[in-house]
Amino acid sequence: MRIPIRFQLNGMARSVEVEPNDTLLEMLRDGLGIKSPKTGCDRGDCGSCTVLLNGRSVRSCLVLAAEADGCEILTLEGISAHPTALQEELARHNSFQCGFCAPGLVLSATELLARNHHPTRAQIQEAIGGNLCRCTGYTPIVEAIEAAAGREP
Amino acid sequence: MIEVEPERSLRQETKVVGQPVERIDGWEKITAAARFVDDLEFGPALLHACVVESPHAHARVVRIDTKAAEEIPGVVKVVTGRDFPFKFGLYMQDRYVFAQDRVRFVGEQVAAVIARDAKTAARAAALVRVEYELLPAVLDPVAALEESAPLLHPDLGGYRHVPWFFPQPGSNVAHWRKIRKGDVEAGFSAADLILEDTYRVPRYAHCAIEPHGMVGLLDAAGRLTMWTASQSPFTQRHVFAEALAPLGLSHKDIRVIAPSVGGGFGGKAGVSCEIIAAALATAVKGQPVKLMWSRAQEFYNTYQRQGLVANVKLGVKRDGSITALEHTLYWDAGAYVEYGANVVNAVGLSATGPYRVDNVKIDSICMYTNLPPGGPYRGFGYSEFFFGLESHITRAAERLGIDPVAFRRRNMIREGDTLAYGAPMNANGLAEAIDRTAEAIRWGQMETASAPHKSIGKSLVLFWKAPAMPPNAASSAFLKFNEDASLNILISGMDIGQGLLTVMAQIAAEILTVPVSKIRVETPDTDRNPYEWQTVASHVTWGCGNAVLKAATDAREQIFALVERALGFDRTSLYLEDEKVKCHGRPEWSLPLRDFVITGIQVQDRTFKGGPIMGRGVFMPEFSSAESDPETGQGGHPNVHYTTGAGGIVVEVDRETGKTKVLKAALAVDVGRAINPDLVRGQIAGGLLQGLATVLYEDMRFDAAGRLLNPNFSDYKIPTALDIPEEVIPIIVETAQADGPFGARGMGEHTMIPAAAMAANAIADATGVRIDTMPVTAEKIAMALNARRPECP
Repeated sequence: MRIPIRFQLNGMARSVEVEPNDTLLEMLRDGLGIKSPKTGCDRGDCGSCTVLLNGRSVRSCLVLAAEADGCEILTLEGISAHPTALQEELARHNSFQCGFCAPGLVLSATELLARNHHPTRAQIQEAIGGNLCRCTGYTPIVEAIEAAAGREP
Repeated sequence: MIEVEPERSLRQETKVVGQPVERIDGWEKITAAARFVDDLEFGPALLHACVVESPHAHARVVRIDTKAAEEIPGVVKVVTGRDFPFKFGLYMQDRYVFAQDRVRFVGEQVAAVIARDAKTAARAAALVRVEYELLPAVLDPVAALEESAPLLHPDLGGYRHVPWFFPQPGSNVAHWRKIRKGDVEAGFSAADLILEDTYRVPRYAHCAIEPHGMVGLLDAAGRLTMWTASQSPFTQRHVFAEALAPLGLSHKDIRVIAPSVGGGFGGKAGVSCEIIAAALATAVKGQPVKLMWSRAQEFYNTYQRQGLVANVKLGVKRDGSITALEHTLYWDAGAYVEYGANVVNAVGLSATGPYRVDNVKIDSICMYTNLPPGGPYRGFGYSEFFFGLESHITRAAERLGIDPVAFRRRNMIREGDTLAYGAPMNANGLAEAIDRTAEAIRWGQMETASAPHKSIGKSLVLFWKAPAMPPNAASSAFLKFNEDASLNILISGMDIGQGLLTVMAQIAAEILTVPVSKIRVETPDTDRNPYEWQTVASHVTWGCGNAVLKAATDAREQIFALVERALGFDRTSLYLEDEKVKCHGRPEWSLPLRDFVITGIQVQDRTFKGGPIMGRGVFMPEFSSAESDPETGQGGHPNVHYTTGAGGIVVEVDRETGKTKVLKAALAVDVGRAINPDLVRGQIAGGLLQGLATVLYEDMRFDAAGRLLNPNFSDYKIPTALDIPEEVIPIIVETAQADGPFGARGMGEHTMIPAAAMAANAIADATGVRIDTMPVTAEKIAMALNARRPECP
């Protein structure tokens, strides 16, 4: 039995049919070709599949697609249409190495900066604490978020 | 092609080399434009595979019944070892594509189901019935050496391997690297103190956040294309070609395309699970088949960092000079050692650490065990042995009442000293690294803890590492101009995050005066890009960098030759500046590159001379040899050079909970020349944290049956942003490497090598508790401290 759902994806109205057991991650990647959320662990540990659902970060591997009915979904594709100050600082700081965790981290940091224009270092670390990165030691990412926080969005 | 005088490039003033430019692939990563294997689309014909795995650490495969699986709708094919009785392996061919008559570790591939979708493949794989006859298993490398141990590879004597391995058929010894230098007995006789102890290091997982992914397609015309998450596209092609030769496939028939790779750390080097997808593609000709490794498989069926039991015996004189070192290393190399045996070999060559020791006896022993295959992991065995060696050095110094840093300064290796295998040590800035690290952590100064139940500890340790590679590992590069004098550089080194593409662009930019922003370097395709052995061993800045330097120089010389031929200039008077050809002595004249690098130069008779400028560069070390006397290790030149450095740390340990907080970590590494200092600092921050995690909390736990108990990120903790040191101090030392591009040598692995010993020594300094088994967890520290407390009345 397929379930019809409607939602806003990166500012565009979409309506699709999903299986009851499809995850939001499967729907985005396999159904809609939205490849920025990554499958790193498929059990909510790594944060690589992070997207914003109504402005809140979620692990899309732990959310059923059907739960997105009526919601606004933001992925890195949506943000990248008009690069943000955060992205500019991440580039300037050479924050990422392999970049596989980047989509999830950018979204977690985007959520933080939308709620808190002047986060402390500890608040930044807390906000991205659910996004695993094996390459960078996090320091250049934290520094870029700090720099972005001081700028207009 | 033009040979580059290394001396000239060393002395050259640089404009781009040495600058912290932005990564050329930065925006791809930050906008999700970068495509990883799992992101590629293959259309509705794409098939999905799921592997049937052994639940036993050691068993005979009696029979496999695939009937129930084959009957599931949507299943296309079920294959077993009978379909692929082919061996493979990088340095020793000891693995089969699928298990044949026996399985040797929990998780080993026994069969695979190919289906229309991944869920059907998984459901059917669970229905493949495999009958096993259990065999006794051995999980410990020292136990594996015993006469009574079960024999894992009865056919060891027939395995093909590189000439520098010495397997012992009839035993579980896959390779035994011996080094004998001087007279150890005399050395120990001359010692005032002989300190001997055993250190244990468990297995570790790479934990690249991108799991292994691979797609294979054997097209109707017999062409095999593989898309892999890879550090080694050319080595993969070679191993595929060797293994699948019985199917009529050769190198020209196989193409490996390596898109962006989400972290490697050694785990995506060589060939592990990729061989399965290559084989499966041949089973469903004409249809692409995809195999994605789950996070759990990522833990138990890719290479793991090998476990180590190391016995260190050190002789020292009262004045602090080392008289002898006996270092015996038993490696838990796992069920197959086709790559891991070379880790064992590399450590055997270098297990003195960066010290001048006249009398050396090293035995580095590669033991088969019934655990998953060991293999390359950032540091290639050096992190493992330095935990013991550098713990031991500090203990010896303390026993003699000598400051551990002074002890290290006294014994550190210097340029020209004779290495354990007989060749001379290269130029290095180890002394500077020690001085600057000591200063960064304020060595010798007392610090006050933040609470009465906490203690501060400090330590400073040394490290070194050489690239471990075949003596003839080669790199090559093509460089081609576009109409606007922008450039495409074609290489097959992988940007696994370290920034290789950017550094290659900087090298070419320096020679050709084209800005980095006009240079594109992309991920490789073995059909289009020239050869690179592998992106491992921290050698690509050096090796691939030399190839790019030569390609850029080749292009420049072609430009000068053309200007001479077309316009009559003396080529020795020409130079490049700001994307123009200029002439010494004629400041009014210049010729923009964009005017002729594709279309040529128009001459007086209105014809054109020249054509597209394309540079070519090849680099292979021609002074290296891996072959030496098997009994002494003397006579070869197996390592091209060593990168050296020092790491220092300040920790605060809570004596009640045992919890360690890293207040400050400093790491000085002699990179020869930092082509991009920002990327060097990035390696230091990342590598240090990866190393600190191995000592403070990570480790793989196996039960008595050889099953991995923690194959996920909930139970195998890797650091989060909340776990970083309060302060990281990267220190760049630059003592030029004469044969490196602009003097550069590699440094990617080195940043994690000293971390374990740094932490262990600082914790001992803070608490008086010496833990000789990694990881040095809060639990172990607290229990050791409790054991020392007087009993409560």
